[in-house]
Amino acid sequence: MRHEIVEKNLGLMIVLIVLTISGGFLAEVVPLFFHKEVNEPVEGLEPLSALELEGRDIYIREGCHVCHTQQIRPFRAETERYGHYSVAGEFVYDRPFLWGSKRTGPDLARVGGRYSDAWQRQHLYDPRSVVPESNMPAFPWLFENRVDHGSIESRMKTLQTLGVPYSDEQIANAANEIEGKFEIEALVAYLQQLGTVISEKR
Amino acid sequence: MSTFWSIWVSVIVLGTVFGCWWLLWATRKSQTTDTETDRTMGHSFDGIEEYDNPLPKWWFYLFVATCIFALGYLALYPGLGNFKGLLGWTSTNQWEAEVAAAEEKYGEIYAQFGDTAIPELAQNDDAMKIGQRLFANNCSVCHGTAARGQVGFPNLTDDDWLWGGQPDQILHSIAQGRNGNMPAKGVMPNMTNEQVDQVVNYVLSFSGREEDAEAAKAGAQVFAQACVACHGPEGKGMEAMGAPNLTDNVWLYGSTYEWIKETVMNGRQNQMPAQGGRLSDDQIQILAAYVYSLSN
Repeated sequence: MRHEIVEKNLGLMIVLIVLTISGGFLAEVVPLFFHKEVNEPVEGLEPLSALELEGRDIYIREGCHVCHTQQIRPFRAETERYGHYSVAGEFVYDRPFLWGSKRTGPDLARVGGRYSDAWQRQHLYDPRSVVPESNMPAFPWLFENRVDHGSIESRMKTLQTLGVPYSDEQIANAANEIEGKFEIEALVAYLQQLGTVISEKR
Repeated sequence: MSTFWSIWVSVIVLGTVFGCWWLLWATRKSQTTDTETDRTMGHSFDGIEEYDNPLPKWWFYLFVATCIFALGYLALYPGLGNFKGLLGWTSTNQWEAEVAAAEEKYGEIYAQFGDTAIPELAQNDDAMKIGQRLFANNCSVCHGTAARGQVGFPNLTDDDWLWGGQPDQILHSIAQGRNGNMPAKGVMPNMTNEQVDQVVNYVLSFSGREEDAEAAKAGAQVFAQACVACHGPEGKGMEAMGAPNLTDNVWLYGSTYEWIKETVMNGRQNQMPAQGGRLSDDQIQILAAYVYSLSN
């Protein structure tokens, strides 16, 4: 084979490069788009309420996903500590998903209901007051700032367009539902529902 | 996976492996010699030329070996659509095997303690070593590594119990959780600020620390109306409600005038989350015995 054929025909080279680098994507990712297990919600999964959705956006804003993952891998060491391993159907309404990739802090995929609301608030206000060896930053401003209720409607509409089954009524009521709430309430509401759809340990 | 996608994946995967194989041999064939020579590719840029030498042999056969490895891997593990691989491996059954192995190894150890009565278990050093680790992993985040608690989270080493310190009460607290709820201003939502001041002084007077004796006296009436339902007529608390004893100078939420005022004004809500679904019955039995051993 002559190198020159590929090296001197730019169009052919582009086609061959695209083919080469798309192999993994075509074989590993594309079929998943049509895979029921990946696209359908697990039984009982509901879209986040307005307050929880607001909490999720605060979670993203504060960069929680930078230090906390939301994916329990199927290893005993993880399922003993965090609960049932994560399954794809739990994340179908997550856009974007917050699986994360770095575990400075513990995994939060099933933190819902694990601690009391009071503990979550105390811990977010001053982590070291409850866990002396913690190196998590404190988030005291969440207790002073009110949530951004003005844009919740458009955010929910965007998600609706992407296939999250919000009803028009839910969207219409969203702003009223969360107006005047503190950011901490939204974040705690979000954390307390994480991973609660699958409750058994195994 | 449907047949179409199964074939789709298989064709791409095998196509890639055999494509690499073909590319290796095709480029080798076009080489006129299999030893190093001074022959160049025939082009020169700024005086830089490129030799037309074959890949070193060890390198070439390394590539060949990766192709063979890939085929072996695809035969043993699931990589070709619906073909499950000769080993039948999945991440789920690997996890199940891991859990089963651990169950076999540790299950017996737990089982021998699971049927022992809690007071007896609390005397067993081996069980308490396990209990201490279970506590560190599951309970210390709220109750502290030394189980001394902190504001809002009870100290488990003293003799004072919100929900009772008998073995089955502790067991219940761990397995089913507890829901503590003190409503703001007790059962007297229209309590005035003056009455709040009076009742706080009255509560302080239980431990002889009232700041204003007259207010404390007046507070007795407010207390009788707003607080006795849970804290009892003498302020000694009630285990069924998780209502703390106010006379023993053990304070869950701070003992100063300001703290108590805050408690009266806004109420207190906190939960002990149920561990029943998370930990096995045997583990809970050991944990209960560990907690029991801290104060007995």
